Amino acid sequence: MISSIVFAVVLITTIVVFTLKIRSVTRNIKLGKSLEIKDHKPQRWALMARVAIGQLKMTKRPIPAILHLFVYVGFIIVNIEMLEILIDGLTGSHRIFSFIGGSYNAFISAFEIFGIAVMFGCLIFLIRRNVIRLKRFWSKEMTLWPRSDANIILITELFLMSAILTMNATDGILQARAHAHYPETGSFLISGMIQPLYAGISDGGLVFLERFSWWFHIVGVFAFLNYIPYSKHFHVFLAFPNVYYSKLEPKGKMTNMPSITKEIRSMLAGTTEQPDEAGEELGLFGARDVKDFTWKHLMDAFTCTECGRCTSSCPANITGKKLSPRKVVMDLRDRVEYLGKQIKKHGQGFTDDKSLFDRITTEELWACTTCNACTEECPVNIDPLSIILEMRRYLVMEKASAPGELNSIFSNIENNGAPWQFSPEDRLLWAEK
Amino acid sequence: MENKESIKVPVMADLASRGETPEYLFWVGCAGAFDDRYKKVARAFARVLNHLDISYAVLGKEESCTGDPARRAGNEMLFQMQALSNISVLDGYGVKKILTICPHCYNIFKNDYPDLGGKYEVVNYTVFIQEQIKKGKLKIDSAKFKNSRITYHDPCYLGRANGIYDAPREILKAIPSSLIEMKRNRNSALCCGAGGGQMFKEAEEGHKEIFIERIEEAIETGADIVATACPFCMTMLTDGIKYKNKEEKMKNYDLAELIVQALDL
Repeated sequence: MISSIVFAVVLITTIVVFTLKIRSVTRNIKLGKSLEIKDHKPQRWALMARVAIGQLKMTKRPIPAILHLFVYVGFIIVNIEMLEILIDGLTGSHRIFSFIGGSYNAFISAFEIFGIAVMFGCLIFLIRRNVIRLKRFWSKEMTLWPRSDANIILITELFLMSAILTMNATDGILQARAHAHYPETGSFLISGMIQPLYAGISDGGLVFLERFSWWFHIVGVFAFLNYIPYSKHFHVFLAFPNVYYSKLEPKGKMTNMPSITKEIRSMLAGTTEQPDEAGEELGLFGARDVKDFTWKHLMDAFTCTECGRCTSSCPANITGKKLSPRKVVMDLRDRVEYLGKQIKKHGQGFTDDKSLFDRITTEELWACTTCNACTEECPVNIDPLSIILEMRRYLVMEKASAPGELNSIFSNIENNGAPWQFSPEDRLLWAEK
Repeated sequence: MENKESIKVPVMADLASRGETPEYLFWVGCAGAFDDRYKKVARAFARVLNHLDISYAVLGKEESCTGDPARRAGNEMLFQMQALSNISVLDGYGVKKILTICPHCYNIFKNDYPDLGGKYEVVNYTVFIQEQIKKGKLKIDSAKFKNSRITYHDPCYLGRANGIYDAPREILKAIPSSLIEMKRNRNSALCCGAGGGQMFKEAEEGHKEIFIERIEEAIETGADIVATACPFCMTMLTDGIKYKNKEEKMKNYDLAELIVQALDL
């Protein structure tokens, strides 16, 4: 009875805290400009099925793809067991589904196999990050926190899975000893193998271990759930909407700026027509800070799992330039989170004298070749290139601060219709001589 | 090796004055018009068009920059001014189909111009040539490259930007020769380093130039020809070959040039 009440309190607290955090992240994402994405619904669902659920883009690097599949599928399957744990916790029952008989053992044994797959994946991932030290996990933006974040997740998953195995193993022994509270289900496939570890322990000791593991696992899961939105691990939720809302057009397409077209048309018409009477704001050209990006850019930023596939395929980064697409995305996210916190504290009107340009330098932005390697690589369809291009637009159109050589090609294009200084009169010479 | 004679290239304004409308507008691009190396590619493709007796014309003096380098460098204002004025020229001639050699021109016509009202059927020359081969109109049974090992460098604006990976390879397969892939190819291909306005500026500080990283990969394949399909890639990779002192061992040709050479056009 008491344990049921404790469980209910823990569960409700978990749900409340999680809901509040999700609301706050949603508010942060909504700091971005509005953007309507309601087109091509069947195509979007199909894309989500392939890329997010089907992990299509992971296959490009087969080893992490398989390991990630272990952890991804394993974690989902093992969590089916959560249903039973929740019912047991709330009602004080023990393994309520065991009434289904022999197939119960088969289910739990299968879950254990997936649990082992998760543990195997996590272990190799830890080795790749900390022992082999793969380059993409140690580049500059992978400071202490992002590195620790990844390790915390992997180690937590190892602990959670170990708890399930300990719980099942001790449960099996207690059943064999015909302990009253442990209905007969038979030993499970994997945990059965580690039973000898606990064989010498008294009934009381086993019951304590079993209960401890049960509570450790469920409280651990609740804590983990609430850790996720603070972590790179948030992709487990956001990958799905992020892929759904991702760009369907060819990668080569850039977003249009109708405000510029309007300005040019009124210039050509010789009118100095002001923005619509309705007081429509032109806003900034390009993006300087969080509010100049669309909500989709901000969702991209929160979805990033810092895997670094973008950066490791970026030609600028490969050749030692400062640009790292992952850093660009992380910088945007950190800035949104900071602003979100300040707005919560000081109200909607909060501004500071800083912008995203205090985190992302112009040197990084001007190193991009717009080659789309980053967008091609991202397993959750984040578009770092679009962030870079919006910031370039701000630099050029609001600040007139393009690199000198680019300014000269601008004036060449304007004056003689080519990036080089040649006369349009000579445009047909190539066919002669 | 190159045929130095002048090429008869029909000009849109001349055709219009005779009341004729060609099927295609051949958009030459700034590099085709002004870059000494890439002019040869424009010439090569015009020879292919003439050889196939295609109904086409160029804009000549009326052609202007599409605005691509401006747009990718953040200058939307300049891009749109260029685009709107180009669209009015194109629409003035009733252009329906545009043939491009430069992938940057191709991309911007195909993907960016429609937002501004410029809607055309845009065909990249690699796709065009491949179709001609498929239809049996272009036969390349020449032994010219029989002993050549050719590697193909995917331009970002054909490949990742627009998903054109097969047409250029099909063309190379149609020319008797051996095609070898670089380690990073198709959607994993490494950029030459020139896109997004980089062509016109010094690279930011790093430990290596991108074009050197790329040409090293091409050299690793043991190819004697690196085939390109973009004027900027051509500039970068030709520079790379020079930088690596491999001018004797490796040549850089555009796909159109390979066809012209194979067929002795």
